[in-house]
Amino acid sequence: MATPSVFSLELDLDLFAGPFDLLLALVLRDEVDLAEVPVAEVCVAYLERLGATSDLDLEAATEFLVLVAALVEMKSRLLIPGAEDDEPLDALEAADELAARLAEYARIRAAAAWLGDRRHDLGRRLFRVGPAPLAAPRPPDREVMSSDPAALAAAITRLLRPALAVDLSHLPRRLVPVRDFLARFRRLLDERGSFTFDDAVSGLDRMGIAVAFWALLDLYRRGEVLLAQPEAFAAIEVAAVTASFRREAVA
Amino acid sequence: MTELTHVVEALLFIASEPLTVAELAEVAAAPPERVERALDALAERHAEGRSGVVVERVAGGYGLRAAASTTDVCARLVARSPDRPLSQAALETLAVIAYAGPLSRPEITRVRGVSADGAVAGLVDRGLIEEAGRGGTPGAPVLYCTTTVFDRVFGLEEGLASLPSIESLAPDEARSDALRERLAVVAAERG
Repeated sequence: MATPSVFSLELDLDLFAGPFDLLLALVLRDEVDLAEVPVAEVCVAYLERLGATSDLDLEAATEFLVLVAALVEMKSRLLIPGAEDDEPLDALEAADELAARLAEYARIRAAAAWLGDRRHDLGRRLFRVGPAPLAAPRPPDREVMSSDPAALAAAITRLLRPALAVDLSHLPRRLVPVRDFLARFRRLLDERGSFTFDDAVSGLDRMGIAVAFWALLDLYRRGEVLLAQPEAFAAIEVAAVTASFRREAVA
Repeated sequence: MTELTHVVEALLFIASEPLTVAELAEVAAAPPERVERALDALAERHAEGRSGVVVERVAGGYGLRAAASTTDVCARLVARSPDRPLSQAALETLAVIAYAGPLSRPEITRVRGVSADGAVAGLVDRGLIEEAGRGGTPGAPVLYCTTTVFDRVFGLEEGLASLPSIESLAPDEARSDALRERLAVVAAERG
């Protein structure tokens, strides 16, 4: 199950029961008093949901963090009036701000009036709407299919010409034989009786680790080792199958 | 009528968005100057009063639309035309988005002082505005911007650049100062 999106989080609080996004909408519309919203309980609800899921979607979890942080900040401003950056505006400042907002709104009303007049003056305008029946932009210089048989012959001739062999001699050839690892693991088992896979392959690159793992599986298939891994992604413990164990298994 | 004029005419006919001279020139594989001449010839042939279909310069490109004399009849065919009458709230919301967009709903609400949710939904339904990604503020609200349909309904030749400047629409400075003084007096009386 993926990390739950915070928006679909179902809440069951004294104040409010329902999805988190609705609570958020109500808070933003001032229909629910943020000061009364128990943010901690919201966090607990989210963490409980998170605990029930297997893998962590960082994006969804971050979204929750950002939202809850914003809520906490807004709530703290509500609860601690008179904080330094939140001094009430004095009457003159408030008047200025209101005047500025009214002027802004007046501009928008004027723009709306212009749009309305424009529609009236132009009259109705009807045109084709809907999905464009247009092809995606053509890649440049694409060869257009020709109806000329000679062009077809030329095209097939080009295709039939054998491709140049690519010279790879300058690339170092890397072979990692499985049998090297088989020998190495058997030697380790002889010396120590057991080892962890991670220790045995430390320092190897991806390719080396992959081949080593292959060798390990091969040993297991042959019944030479026992493999154990307490949990996913934990170290793989490798132990030699002892003679007595082998007898028991046969018996 | 040259062959290119026919090609340009056909391209405008099948397109559902206005096409720019550059787009027409690329598709028709013709130099832009010749495309412009073809457009001139088409505009003359498809002018109001001369043809049922009119070539219009709009949204920075060219498109075909029904001639003004035919729209009433054509409208009977179109069930939900984007140019149905707009309410005052819808016009104001549209103005906010056209001049200040892309904006989220809460931002639109802040300018207008009342909820914009209904108006935004109606404008999206008409195709006059569309979603334009998400904002960076908490909750990542959807942002809205105007569409080519908006340009066409309002006959904006160069798209939003054809809107009159907001300063030319603004109430003059004297009036806004007077308003401020009146508010200051009220504020002083209240203490």
